[in-house]
Parts: sequence; structure tokens; C-alpha cells
Amino acid sequence: MSIHKGRGFASINYPIGMNLGGDPSQALVHSNPDGKFAVALSSIDLGQGMKQVTRQIAAETLGVPVEDVYVDTADSDTGPHCMGSFASRGTHRVGNAVIQAAKEARSVMLEAAAEELEVNAADLETDGKGNIFVRGAPSRSISTGEACGAAQFKHGKTVSGRGIFLIPMSDVDPETGEMTPVSCYAHAALVVDIEVDDETGEVDVKQMNSAYEVGRALNPRMVEQQLVGGAWMGMSHALWETTEPYYPDRTHGPTDFNQYLMPGPGDIAPHDIAILERPAPDGPYGGKGPGEMCANPVLPAVANAVFNAVGVRIDELPITPEKVLRGIKANGGAQPQGQW
Amino acid sequence: MSVEFRKELFANERDDNLNEIGKGTQRQDALGHVTGRSPYFDDHLFEGLLQIRCVRSPHHHARIRSVDYSQAENMPGVVRIIRPEDVPNNFNTLLSLLNFGRDDEPLLSSKKVSYIGEPVLAIVAGTDRQARDAVAAVRVEWEVLPHVLDVEEALKPDAPVVNEVYPNNTFDYHDKYDHQKLRYGDVETAFSQADRIVEGRYQMSPIEQAPVETNGAIAAPETNDRFVCYTSTQALFFSLGTAAKLLNVSSNRLHFIGGTVGGGFGGKVDSLVEPMAILACMLTGKPCRFVWDRQEEMQVGAPRGGERWYLKDGVMNDGRIIARQFTGYFDSGAYTRLSSYAIIKGTAHLPGPYHIPNVKADVFCVYTNRTPATAMRGFGVTGVDFAIESQMDKIAHEVGMNPVEFRILNAYRDGDMKAHRREAKNCALIECVQVAAEKANWPIRDEFKQASSMVGGGGERAKIPHTVTDEDGKIGERRAGRAGAGQTRTIAPSTPAPAPAAYTPPPPSAPPAPAPQPAAGQPAYAHPAAAPAYQPAAPHAPPPVTPAVAPAPPPAPAAPAPASETSTPSARPVNRPGYSRFASNSGFRRR
Repeated sequence: MSIHKGRGFASINYPIGMNLGGDPSQALVHSNPDGKFAVALSSIDLGQGMKQVTRQIAAETLGVPVEDVYVDTADSDTGPHCMGSFASRGTHRVGNAVIQAAKEARSVMLEAAAEELEVNAADLETDGKGNIFVRGAPSRSISTGEACGAAQFKHGKTVSGRGIFLIPMSDVDPETGEMTPVSCYAHAALVVDIEVDDETGEVDVKQMNSAYEVGRALNPRMVEQQLVGGAWMGMSHALWETTEPYYPDRTHGPTDFNQYLMPGPGDIAPHDIAILERPAPDGPYGGKGPGEMCANPVLPAVANAVFNAVGVRIDELPITPEKVLRGIKANGGAQPQGQW
Repeated sequence: MSVEFRKELFANERDDNLNEIGKGTQRQDALGHVTGRSPYFDDHLFEGLLQIRCVRSPHHHARIRSVDYSQAENMPGVVRIIRPEDVPNNFNTLLSLLNFGRDDEPLLSSKKVSYIGEPVLAIVAGTDRQARDAVAAVRVEWEVLPHVLDVEEALKPDAPVVNEVYPNNTFDYHDKYDHQKLRYGDVETAFSQADRIVEGRYQMSPIEQAPVETNGAIAAPETNDRFVCYTSTQALFFSLGTAAKLLNVSSNRLHFIGGTVGGGFGGKVDSLVEPMAILACMLTGKPCRFVWDRQEEMQVGAPRGGERWYLKDGVMNDGRIIARQFTGYFDSGAYTRLSSYAIIKGTAHLPGPYHIPNVKADVFCVYTNRTPATAMRGFGVTGVDFAIESQMDKIAHEVGMNPVEFRILNAYRDGDMKAHRREAKNCALIECVQVAAEKANWPIRDEFKQASSMVGGGGERAKIPHTVTDEDGKIGERRAGRAGAGQTRTIAPSTPAPAPAAYTPPPPSAPPAPAPQPAAGQPAYAHPAAAPAYQPAAPHAPPPVTPAVAPAPPPAPAAPAPASETSTPSARPVNRPGYSRFASNSGFRRR
């Protein structure tokens, strides 16, 4: 009886946004008289960081510091329509709606600044620190707060903007499946190193190494959080989780977290991640959605690693110790496949 | 645990000098979260808040003969019994908001139940205990019916009908077929020309989204004849629209508030708790709370559904995949929810991030007598990615290739035509594969290190091949025992290609022949179609007898396409009247 090392590989791509499109999202942006902005959405923050990513997108587009923007989500009386937070669509769809709304508000702010500075608005730039200045003459400047105040109290203009993003719905050909499913894809590849105990059938995930391509990491810390947590969920799907352990038999269904198995703190694996950024042409600042796809490569990579370790193909998830042991037994013992 | 940014890759496609984008700024809501002060739906408590619990089916499939709640209604604290006939419009399907599919699911069932846990009655009481006690006092007389739990069993002619709206136990696609088709090229001819055929059967069991916060909603009367609903939904207007439809009220009488949710992962789109809480509020005039307990979340709340996939690949000895065929079964459970949509998404995803010149898929949305399935992280893709990538490992093993080099050899690249007939752009699979291998010290040869997503695609690889189509699987035929053996025809390429597209391997052009591997003498390879659940390790067959010359190009079509069918795919008329289609109300269409 011994421990066998194995390693497995998988690579995937993932479609961003609702398949076939037809899933609009809207945003409203407006400023207080002192140039502090609010973004109103009906989108949902599930913990993935919807509020923060749209906040940074709004600040970048408006040309103001991120502290000058707050995002309010999900009051149907104030937030305009959004399809919802699913299908890796939040950043891509809502982010684009926020850009459109913020551009409109920015143009009003710059028009007011232009009037105050007695220049053409087309000659103005923002420094992202709260100042609007004349291109090539940085001493001629006005703060974003002053410009917004002037717009509202002197010129009678609302510093606000409306945004919507829609990829019109695609048809599907019944005969060939021809369709335009989405506009961009995220990518990932992952190597997992495991150990399999041929006495118990237990699989211990030792290490993950991965590369994830996310378009652009709009907030690198939040991308990291998504990828780390998502890959652990993939591990959990591979080795632990199901509501029907003997599917399609419905018996032994778990009803609480004592019975529904998931990895505990001692089970989760170290994960070294590389993030690649190939901007999506129609993504907000190139961003795609890293949220869903980060789990997907882990499931097959673990299955492939089990084969590499003991020569057993487990083609039914989850890869429980019972299945591994039965497979080893059927093969007449562990059959390590050698290291890559 | 480390994170690195490989900024040198695709650097010329990015402006990295932005003010706020690309900065790891702390979230605006971090302080509230870490101090436990962020308000969730369940933090909105009202004086006199009533609690709701449901009477649920103990059977997989049963007719409801009678429901006796006379004892329950007189129990302490019970304020109201909600019956199916109290739901103003008690029939819905989630995607009716997108005009896709027929209404097929009641909020409360009155005639029969089709899964364990299906609700037939709701009880509104002063406390959760009182509501649970009253639920236990309801007497339902059931007539147990035969049930079906396996997706392939459900397609047989004698299988019980799970859902009367779809009496064939399959969702109707395009008013025509009992499955979604993908047809690209000619897999049968390619299989006959392949050096090897590799087959596999893969299955993913249902998985619970397992959010810390279970599904729940609190509804209360607002002034001016409106109702406020605090909700855990992942999709505010989706839930609002669903509630407005089921309750037959104007959407502007509903004020939904959510936005901060204790985990969703796809399990908070189904919008079952909101309409029930609002209905209870309408019927009692009191604030009402409907929150699933953990058991309901895990066994009644919709999981990620089970999926079963059969794959068949035609592979050349140099590792190139020349044909790939899928048969997929999504286990939708008793009702449609979102599975019908996931199948089209999954079909669009095929054959994975690889350039394969002949692809065929038949993907079914199957009704069984289990908890309806719904969305979860990677919906429509996670299960088939498991199948594809497990299969890729098997193939690499069969042909004796380094599995990482094997991925790069077959990877899709900018300009390649995908099986759904759109050009691949913005690809980055090869780069991810290279970087992951490098981080893990997985050795790959120089020519594979030098491959690029931006080089080697397009050209011949962009041409749509002659395609064999068929009319197999028209609605109802399978259950009538008449499936299969439909007529096939071919569709000419849509791009002006004078001849069938010849497959052009990308650089690196041809990896060496498979090296012998050290695992000889193992049991014979079990053909997956008949394989037991645990297949013995595949043997390494002796070097194939096919000549070691360049593999044959992909197949020519079986016969020239008739002139009447040589129109471009995008110009072919689309004529699919009826309910069962993707079509926006506003008339937007996109090809």
C-alpha cells in the first residue's frame, strides 16, 4: 500500500455574457454639486465585487478619483433594468453600460469647465486626480468639483448620464446550430499535482499551477480573489460535491453541511497563478469575466491526474475514494503512468 | 500561493497607463462586510413578521387525490393557507421573460407532483415553528405514479411522462427537433479516414450551489398599494418580472430591493421565494418572510443539473483531431427552468477551444422526476469541459503525445472558423497552456513554446466545409419509436471555397510519431460505449499500420450539394413561428 504522485492538465475557454446576447443592462450616473458621483444600478453584488469594478470603471471614464464615486445597486425604484448577475456578464455588460453613462456625464462636466475656463471643451483633459486642465497648458485648470458646481448652479445643467449595453439577440439555425453565441472568450490552463492513496482511494491535491486570461484585470486583487476561490470550487466539484452521490439513484442525498462534502481548510491546495490580459475588443477597458471559468479546468485536470497517478480513468464526477478504489481493484492494482 | 501578471504577453494590445483601471483598490463595501454591518435581505425585520413553510411531495411522481388542511388551518398561529388556486397566474417558465419555451411549472401544484419536494400548499403562521407544525398536520392523499430518473431511460417510448407540457420528456427545439443540433463538416467520412477512433462516456452528478445565505425574501405592504420585497436574488428585474407575471400585478406595484447577496453561484435566479412572500403579504396584509432552510436549499432548491456526454473522436497518429461527435443529455429534472438555454450555450461551446474540421452534436434537454436543475457557475459548459478535457487526455495517451503539446497542436487560433460558423478572434488558449506548463515545469519542446494564438490560424482553417445535415429526431418521433434513419443532405460551404476545405495543420507542423510508452501488457481497451463505470487503463496499441505519410485531408462531401441548397448559411431563411425560439420582443436580430 502506498502513495502515488500524479499530475494532470486541462485547458479551456469560456464564453462571456448570456449566450446569444439579448441581455441588456443599464446604468445611471449623476453628480452632486461638489463633483461627487453616484452610479445607480439594479445589478447584484454577490460578493464578486460588482460594486467595486463598476466604481473603478466609472471613475476611469469620468476622469475623477475613485473616492469620488459610489455605486448603489439593486433598488428597482432607482436602479434601471439589468438582466442580473450571472453568465459572467456583470463586468462585461454592466461595465459597458457604466462607460456609456459616465461618458455622457463627463461631457457635461467638461462643457461646464470649458465655459468657466473660456476654452473649447475638446481641448480639455482630466488628470484623474480631480482636475480638469487645458491640454498643453496645465496651469489653466479647474477642479472637477468646481466644474460640476458651476454646471448645476450657474449653467442649469445636470451632470448626469444614461447608459445601456445590449448585444442584440442571435438566432440559432435548427439544422446546423449556426449562431453568434457571444462576443468574447476568457481562457485558462491548469496543472494539478496530486497524491493518491491506493489503500483508501483518497486523493490529496498538493499544488495547482495555472494561467488565466481575463481580457484585462480591472481590479487585480478582485481577479485574484475570484481565481483562487473559483479554483478551489473546481477542486471541490472534482473530488467532493454532489447532491446525489449515486446519481441517478436519488438516495443518500445530503441535507446539510455535515453530509454535503466540501474541502475544509486542511484540504485546499496552494495555487500559483499567472494572469494574462488580451483585451476583448468590446469589453470595458478590455475586461472579460473571470468569475465562472476559473473552476472549469480543475475538474478534468484532477481526473487526468488520478489516471496519471494510478492508471484509473474516473469518468463520473465526483471522484470519490470509493470510485478510485474500485477502479484500482478492477485494474488489479495501481498502475502509475509515469511523470511528465 | 502566488499571483503574477504576465504583462509582456499581448502588451501591444493594451494601454497599461490608466488611472483607476488595473489598480487593486479596496472595495467600497469591504468595511461593511468585515464588520458584519452590510445589510442583507434578512436584516429587514418587521414587527409581526409572518413565516412561510410549504407542504411538499414525498414522492418522485404522484397524482394529488385530495389535500386536507382542515386541522392545520385551526392550529395556533396559522394565519393563512395558500392553495394553488390562490396564485393568480399559477403557471410560468423562467425564460418566458425572453420569449423562450412554454410555461410548464406552477408555483404550487394542484394536480400532480413530479419530484420529491415539489410544493403543493404554503402555510403562513406567526412563527416558523407554528408553520412547520401546521405543515405536518396537512393530509395529502397521493396516487403514486411510475417515475423515471435516468436521462436515457426517459427517452424510451414506455417511460412515464414527467411534464405534460413536454410529453416526449424532451424540450422542443425550434418547433422541430427534440434536441439541439450542431452540424459542421462530415464526421462519418472523417471517422472512416482517421487512424484511430477514441470514445468516452462522461457524467457529472448534480451539484449544490451551497451559498452561505439560503434563498429567501421578505415582502411587506408599502404605502400606495405597493409591495416592497427584500430579496436574495441574483437578478433583480428577473425576479420582479417573474413575480409580476405569477401574481398578475403591474411591475411598478412591486418595489424590489436587493443588491448585496450572501453568495449565489447561480442558485438565486429561479425566483421562487419572492412571488410566494409577496403573495402571502397580499393575502394577509402583513409582512411575510419565506426563507428556505438548509435541507430545502440542498434538496428542493435547484442544483447544477446532472449531465451525461458521449464523445467520439477521429484522430490521426500525429495527434490531429479530424472529427469530433457529441451526444449530450442535460438532466433538467421535472421542469425547464434554465436548462433549455444552457443546452444552446453548451452546443455553441463545442468542440471546445480546438480547431476540428468536422464536428457533430446532438444535445438533449431531458425531463426526469427529480428536483429541477438550474444555473450554476459555468452553466452549460462545466460538465462538457470535464468531458472534453478528460477525452483530450485519453487521446494524448492513445497516440503517445505529451498532453500539453497535444493541446497546443489542436488549439484554436485567431481567424479559425468555429463549429458554430463564426470566426475565432482574441484567442489566448495557446499562451495559457504555455504559461501554465512553464509554471509547473511541465516540459514542452521549443516548437510548441514558440506557437502563438496569433499565428497559423485562418486561411484554409477559416473555410466552412461541406456539411452533412439530417432531420433525425423530429419532435415526438423518438418516443414513438421512429427516431433515427432520417435523410441526410449536404450544405455547401458559405465562403467561396471552390473545393472542400483541406485541413491545414498549424505550426508546429507535424510532431514526431508517437513514442512507445511504458505501460504495455495492460488489459484490452474497453470500448466506452459498453464500458463499465471504471475502465481499465488504456493500453498502448502497437504502432498503427497506416502509412507514415501525411494524413488524408478531411473528407469531401458525399455528393455535390444541389444548387438550391448552396446559399450561404446566413442567407438561408429562418422560419420558426411559435413560442419555442429565441427571439426578442423588440425584433432585434443578429446573425
